Amino acid sequence: MARYVARRAAQGLFVLWAAFTIAFFVLYLLPSDPAALAAGSGGEVASVDPALLDDLRARYGLDRPVLVQYADALGGAVRLDFGPSYQSGAPAGSLVAQALPQTLLLTGVALALAVLGGTALAVASVLPRSRWLRQVLSALPPVGVALPTFFIGLVLLQWLSFRAGLLPAIGNAGWQSLVLPAVTLAIPPGAQLAQVLSRSLRGTLGEPYVETARAKGAGRLRVQLGHALRNAAIPAFTMLGVLVGGLLGGAVVTETVFSRVGLGRLTVQSVNTQDVPVVLAVVALSALVFVVTTLVVDLLYPLLDPRIERAPTRKAVAA
Amino acid sequence: MTQVQEDRAPARVDADATPVLEVEGLEVGYRTRDGQVYRAVRGVDLRVRPGEVVALVGESGSGKSTTAHAALHLLARGGSVTGGRIRLGGRDVSDLTEREWQAVRGREVGLVPQDPTVSLNPVQRVGDQVAEVLVIHGLARRREARRRAVTLLEQAGVPDPAARARQYPHQLSGGLRQRVLIAVAIAAGPRLVVADEPTSALDVTVQRRILDHLETLVRDRGTALLLITHDLGVAADRADRIVVLEHGVVVEEGTADEVLGAPRHPYTRQLIAAAPSLADGRLVASGPTATATGAPAAPAAEVAPVLELVDVRKEFPRPRGAAGARSLVAVDGVSLRVDRGTTYALVGESGSGKSTTARLALHLEQPTAGRVRFRGEDVTGARGETLRRLRRGFQVVYQSPYASLDPRFTVAEVIAEPLRAYGVGTRVERAERVRELLADVALPADAARRSPRELSGGQRQRVAIARALALRPDLVVLDEPVSALDVSVQAQILDLLVRLQAEHGLTYLFISHDLAVVRRVADHVGVLHDGRLVEQGTAEAILLDPREDYTRELVAAIPGRRPRPRTAPAAAR
Repeated sequence: MARYVARRAAQGLFVLWAAFTIAFFVLYLLPSDPAALAAGSGGEVASVDPALLDDLRARYGLDRPVLVQYADALGGAVRLDFGPSYQSGAPAGSLVAQALPQTLLLTGVALALAVLGGTALAVASVLPRSRWLRQVLSALPPVGVALPTFFIGLVLLQWLSFRAGLLPAIGNAGWQSLVLPAVTLAIPPGAQLAQVLSRSLRGTLGEPYVETARAKGAGRLRVQLGHALRNAAIPAFTMLGVLVGGLLGGAVVTETVFSRVGLGRLTVQSVNTQDVPVVLAVVALSALVFVVTTLVVDLLYPLLDPRIERAPTRKAVAA
Repeated sequence: MTQVQEDRAPARVDADATPVLEVEGLEVGYRTRDGQVYRAVRGVDLRVRPGEVVALVGESGSGKSTTAHAALHLLARGGSVTGGRIRLGGRDVSDLTEREWQAVRGREVGLVPQDPTVSLNPVQRVGDQVAEVLVIHGLARRREARRRAVTLLEQAGVPDPAARARQYPHQLSGGLRQRVLIAVAIAAGPRLVVADEPTSALDVTVQRRILDHLETLVRDRGTALLLITHDLGVAADRADRIVVLEHGVVVEEGTADEVLGAPRHPYTRQLIAAAPSLADGRLVASGPTATATGAPAAPAAEVAPVLELVDVRKEFPRPRGAAGARSLVAVDGVSLRVDRGTTYALVGESGSGKSTTARLALHLEQPTAGRVRFRGEDVTGARGETLRRLRRGFQVVYQSPYASLDPRFTVAEVIAEPLRAYGVGTRVERAERVRELLADVALPADAARRSPRELSGGQRQRVAIARALALRPDLVVLDEPVSALDVSVQAQILDLLVRLQAEHGLTYLFISHDLAVVRRVADHVGVLHDGRLVEQGTAEAILLDPREDYTRELVAAIPGRRPRPRTAPAAAR
């Protein structure tokens, strides 16, 4: 177990390093000049005083060779020091840390909604006796998957805020302002989860052990919730790890649509202004979230499915 | 007919008692995809009296499983009872609602399902799965039910039941899982247990022990047993009465002695004739087939055997952290030779190493030690081009004709695939060869354009055989080629294999767990146990006069050979 976690942690470190490195060089290769952007000229080198540009470049170390800059950035990142933001001058790490709680709250609530809603919808799509109702309910998840986040956000805004005035449209004030963005963010992953889970449930209900359960005299609920759901949850659980990563991406759009302060907004701003230190800090954080969720999901597997044991990596060869 | 049965029924069965199960004029239909209704069961009458063991016998599609499932109102999707009455213990249950059925299932009728490896919930402890029956029917609360589950497991013959109860299904062998399912079936003390092919997925020796146990259990409890089986031997060993179904109709019924000793219906006779037994000799190709193609049918002329394994050993690394030794020895010092034009049968139970030995012969695995010789040439480490050239010389037919044919290919494409892979002939020549092969395996020429999905199991296996023969191989490895087929189809395929061998001078390595089947085709037999060849020799010697205890046990476990006091008084048990 300990060895397994150690090996996975080493793999995770590699993923972090790779994500950081790729992000660094991609940003470096972008055509516009961060110094010019920092000088507030909209990126036009010609319109800025060259002395100011040189000054900025020297201040942020942009005049050094790229590999030196990379080594410096990587060394700093290891100490969680991503350097000062080109825009505000504040440390990039603390900018991210300030934005993080709001986004964590948003994605956390959205994740809970997605899991609860997705599971409920999946179970509802196999539970009713009425074939018609089952078909209608199973048609819902694909619709949810197909709708883009910004569209859902705009529709919800239009109906619930602007027309009905039930909930605030923008901002970070209070739980009311959290409802619409969280719902918006939860719908696509929730729908994906529902789709995978309901398909898996339908498959599981055809398994021989479900017949065994029915032969015991078990009722519909006991068969479907007691026997089928836990077995069907295994593939859906795999997807959960990926969905958590996707939520961060979704937060970018959602925070923009609902004008919320948070990591998404910070990312958009930093990318627009090519604020390399902030973008790198965001990339490192997202990679970390991804690595940790996948590891947690993998460690939780054996709890869900006793057939998965942690230590063996290869299937026992039954000759 | 009823009169006769009652006269000859064993003493324990009270002929006047109300039948536990009474089925009258049962009709079951399945709605097919194109909106038609397929009548799977047509007017079946069936009675099972208290304490009686009734076997429902028939081939696939005979409606035997459907009839049994109708008694639990557990039909597959699209199936419904369209006529007739079902009475359980005298009570008419034909019109019960689903909710009312829930109180009947498990409580009044228990089911032992077909395949124990997939019939237990993989994520629940087996003790809880037994206890669940008691909880569902309100016979015990959870804690008490868990305690009683251990007792039930013990009654079902699970050793160390308290520890086993806390294990998950994947930690138990197939035989143990079936015992768990038996514990589930008897948990609530039903008056009838329906066992649907309860042991066909298990090894013969395990099968015998499980059936012995199940029979004792139901007889001791006075429970009735409805045993669904395709295996006449199993029916002969276990049943008081046998009911034979064909295409959803009862064609014959009577005591086991009547039905097997003096069958009246041609279908029953055909079933009995098709069932292989050690008493039959090896099949010999009949008619002027051998000269028809002018193929050589002369063995012995060649000195070097087609295949020779010399002291081969195969180890598989165990996963890290697993208990026991670092590696698992699947095959341990096996030496054998297969001469041209003969059949060498490897027999053994699951885990005996017979499949691994076959894979070594096919170069799908490399031996850890020992040599593999093919046509006298040492080919042990062959790789790349050499191996590819060698592969032309040996082909394989797998157990499941459902899984081994690509459903997106036509039959012609399946058969021609080895020819295409080796670039043999032009398109026209290959088509000609396919026609020839189809004729060889006695399939109509128009099968070529059809999809394997449109064919029956037996027809598919013929296609697989045609494919194996396409390159005129020196050695054909037949890995349980008939064990997925009905007995009558099985007999046809065995006939075909023997005829093809005579016509083309083929050499077979025949892998099987079924000694009776082996008796029909093998010249030489090797018995594998735990990776070792415990005994080998001519088929006659091994099967009729086994020297080793293990072989004797295997032979004794073949269904249909159990001497049975059929009219034993109750006190004898």
